[in-house]
Amino acid sequence: MIEATGLTKHYGRTVAVDNLSFGVGEGRVTGFLGPNGAGKSTTMRMILGLDRPTSGDVRIDGEHYRDLKRPLTTVGALLDAKWVHPNRSARAHLRWLAAASKLPYSRVDEVLDIVGLTAVANKRAGGFSLGMSQRLGIAGALLGDPRVLLFDEPVNGLDPEGILWIRRFMHRLAAEGRTVFVSSHLLSEMAQTAQDLVVIGRGKLIYQGTVDDFIANATENTVVVRSPELDRLTELLRADGVSLVADGDAIRVSGVDSAAIGELAAANKIVLHELNPQIGSLEEAFIQLTGDTVEYTAHTDQHTAPAEPAGATEEAPPA
Amino acid sequence: MTALLATERIKLFTTRSPWWSMIMTLGITVGLAGMVALTHAGDRPLTVEHSQFGSQFGLMIITVMAALAVTTEYRFATIRTTFQAVPNRTSILLAKTAVVTGLAVVVGEITAFGSWAVAKLIDGGPELSIRDSGDLRMVAGVGLVYGVAAVMAVAVGILVRQSAGAISILLIWPLLAENLVGLIPRVGDDLRNWMPYVNAGRFLNGVDPEMPLSAWGALAYFAGVAAVLLGTALVVANRRDA
Repeated sequence: MIEATGLTKHYGRTVAVDNLSFGVGEGRVTGFLGPNGAGKSTTMRMILGLDRPTSGDVRIDGEHYRDLKRPLTTVGALLDAKWVHPNRSARAHLRWLAAASKLPYSRVDEVLDIVGLTAVANKRAGGFSLGMSQRLGIAGALLGDPRVLLFDEPVNGLDPEGILWIRRFMHRLAAEGRTVFVSSHLLSEMAQTAQDLVVIGRGKLIYQGTVDDFIANATENTVVVRSPELDRLTELLRADGVSLVADGDAIRVSGVDSAAIGELAAANKIVLHELNPQIGSLEEAFIQLTGDTVEYTAHTDQHTAPAEPAGATEEAPPA
Repeated sequence: MTALLATERIKLFTTRSPWWSMIMTLGITVGLAGMVALTHAGDRPLTVEHSQFGSQFGLMIITVMAALAVTTEYRFATIRTTFQAVPNRTSILLAKTAVVTGLAVVVGEITAFGSWAVAKLIDGGPELSIRDSGDLRMVAGVGLVYGVAAVMAVAVGILVRQSAGAISILLIWPLLAENLVGLIPRVGDDLRNWMPYVNAGRFLNGVDPEMPLSAWGALAYFAGVAAVLLGTALVVANRRDA
């Protein structure tokens, strides 16, 4: 259980994290979502006691990180896979971590085996690919067999095979009953890995809850309907005051669920060829919620030439 | 604390830099002692002091090694991994200081006695015998000076966090700043008496009666400056974000 209350971090006049309160539940994968620069990494560093909060407080199982005895046996973390001396071998890197946590060296070989780095254990970490570095980082996080695991953007820059491996790994860790807190700006990734979400933008909490609720609340659900008697169905729906738009040879109905449309069609003996609820994507939900909190907005529609008088700024869609 | 010492020992010896530093220190000091002994000519006999001619160069290499032991941790951000594994920054940084200092002392003793032995073997003059406490201090003291210099380097490394900056400060200070201080009118000589590396030199090579500190007092003063620097570095490291 990770609990942040009123967590705030200022860097000079920049507010990186702003009065952030959230909880990460036990034995679940919680996604930590936000655009780049939203304060995810800063928050993770504060959880680990690396950065000192300007105000507020974050605890793990009720304790501050700095008060944990042998912290790697409680919390394993991979914030940056490059936090390794390039001339030290993978095994040596894990050995000093094991020594610091009073863990037996046999554990080093165990975790090397778990992440599949046994064959390159004595090679210098500086020569590792990003995927291998990421695996070494995960080996370090698993070293103390911790209940809580923190990962900061673990799939960033990985190839599809690496992404798949990490995703499966997260599921495996959660299935073992561990608490996993994983940050990402890739929403589709979170939809596949996380059950709960903590969403932040510009250091502020935007949403906390389950992934399903997030999608349901933040997106407008529509139903695509196809029928040979589309005109009659359209009239009936319009008579009920339902809003709909024509979409080729189908209609897109919003505001009512598929069950209601199906019952209406059945009651009026209208044949349906398709009744397809469209669940809003996580991307859409995310953009809707965080659209105006993105730290560095690129105005893609803007002309790169010197400013024109009108219509040059295309703002992100409002929340 | 033993676990922390083991941690820092593994860290230090699993990179190449300390090994190269040890080999270079040994090669340069003993090599210079041999050259001095071989090329020595003239009426005045070769002394114990001559055999330690290379110790100043060894001091610089040890200083660089000790500073790098800290600054590379900041450069590759392993200091963060370290503080993650051991949130008590004071204790892990003290463990690092202890390991680096221990290595510096051992290297200092080996190179000093090695230099003396080589000079003695080649020249064999009576003035090369270790006859009094001053002679012994001149040789055995090298390890102590290297040790204190290592503490100094670790402290500066923690404060500066950057290899080039830390090494520049650590080399320019004894080579340039402490000598230039003497050029200041009126107070220059008095100030120079209280420069840390000047005192390290006086501990090894002996003091005149008009100097403010005894030989061991000079070493204590050198060590005191290092301790104050290290204390400051620990306070700073605890306060700032890793």
